[in-house]
Amino acid sequence: MSIKVEHELHQRRKGRNMGLLGLLLAFVALVFLLTVVKVQELGDASKFQGYDHVVQPALVPLEGEAGAVATE
Amino acid sequence: MAKVANHNAEYDPVFGDYVALLKPRVMSLVVFTAFVGLMAAPVRLHPVEAFCAILFIAIGGGASGSLNMWWDADIDAIMRRTKSRPIPSGRTSPDAALGLGVALSGLSVLMLGLAANWHAAAWLAFTIFFYAVIYTIWLKRATPQNIVIGGAAGAFPPMIGWAVATGGVSLESILMFALIFMWTPPHFWALAIFVKSDYGNAGVPMLTETHGRRVTRNHIMGYMIALMPVAIGIAFTSIGGPIYLATAVVLNLWFLKACVRVWRRNETQAEADNFAAEKAAFKVSLYYLFLHFSALLAEAALRPWGLGGW
Repeated sequence: MSIKVEHELHQRRKGRNMGLLGLLLAFVALVFLLTVVKVQELGDASKFQGYDHVVQPALVPLEGEAGAVATE
Repeated sequence: MAKVANHNAEYDPVFGDYVALLKPRVMSLVVFTAFVGLMAAPVRLHPVEAFCAILFIAIGGGASGSLNMWWDADIDAIMRRTKSRPIPSGRTSPDAALGLGVALSGLSVLMLGLAANWHAAAWLAFTIFFYAVIYTIWLKRATPQNIVIGGAAGAFPPMIGWAVATGGVSLESILMFALIFMWTPPHFWALAIFVKSDYGNAGVPMLTETHGRRVTRNHIMGYMIALMPVAIGIAFTSIGGPIYLATAVVLNLWFLKACVRVWRRNETQAEADNFAAEKAAFKVSLYYLFLHFSALLAEAALRPWGLGGW
């Protein structure tokens, strides 16, 4: 019994696999685009750093500074 | 549950077979009404966010369609209208429909939450649950009011669109829901009267078969009367305006006239002209919903120029 590298099955499933590839690439592009828009909408991109749940002294407003927000 | 043994092992499903599981024609209605709900809302979104939100609502709708086809494969195989669907025709397996439905449900809810907000995502999750579990699995085969319950599932998209923009529910979004909800029964039952259906063979209790056409005609009239104040009432909310009011008045008079004609006939008269009045009422119902939502869209589109709204 010989092993055929290219089975007829591969050819039949090619359309489906290419379709799925296209969808996945489109999904990645869409998530990237959405991320760019979301970050830009923050106005001040440094706010983006606040999402990692770690206290960052650089982001804590100085005492007495106008608009200072209480942080723990 | 689906017990279909005729899945063809020789046939490899093509990409389009999976697309067909998502009920693309139903998706187009979901996209349109969700888009109107989003545009009518007083909050503007970035176009990319709006596009993503509509896309994930549509995928959620498609996922519930796939779950519906998984569960209903046994009755789809019996009825003429549905026997060419992917599962009964043997192009895909019931398991593939279940897997696709569950995976896309999770993906669409998660992505809508990230792209828009979790309130809208919760509504989408509830809509999928409502259509797949409450309607398809529980009530479709149990009550002749199944159309009314299924109509509720189809009425959620504009509410989700509104929630995407505003993050909440309001009188306007509830009225948009009510418009589709009250419209579905007269729309579908008008069709059920003139299409010789085989729901009975499949064990689905349709009002025309359980209670007869006379009762169905009365129900069409009843829902039409309840629909009118909802449709015209929207004109006096923040999303309405003179364009919508004029459109709604004309459409409601037109649809009312068509429904009264259906209501006053008996079966002998209907068969004599081959259900002309029922076919006309069904056609009017299609214009009715499309033009109401188009008018809402027109009001929203003209608002920046000071022309939309009151």
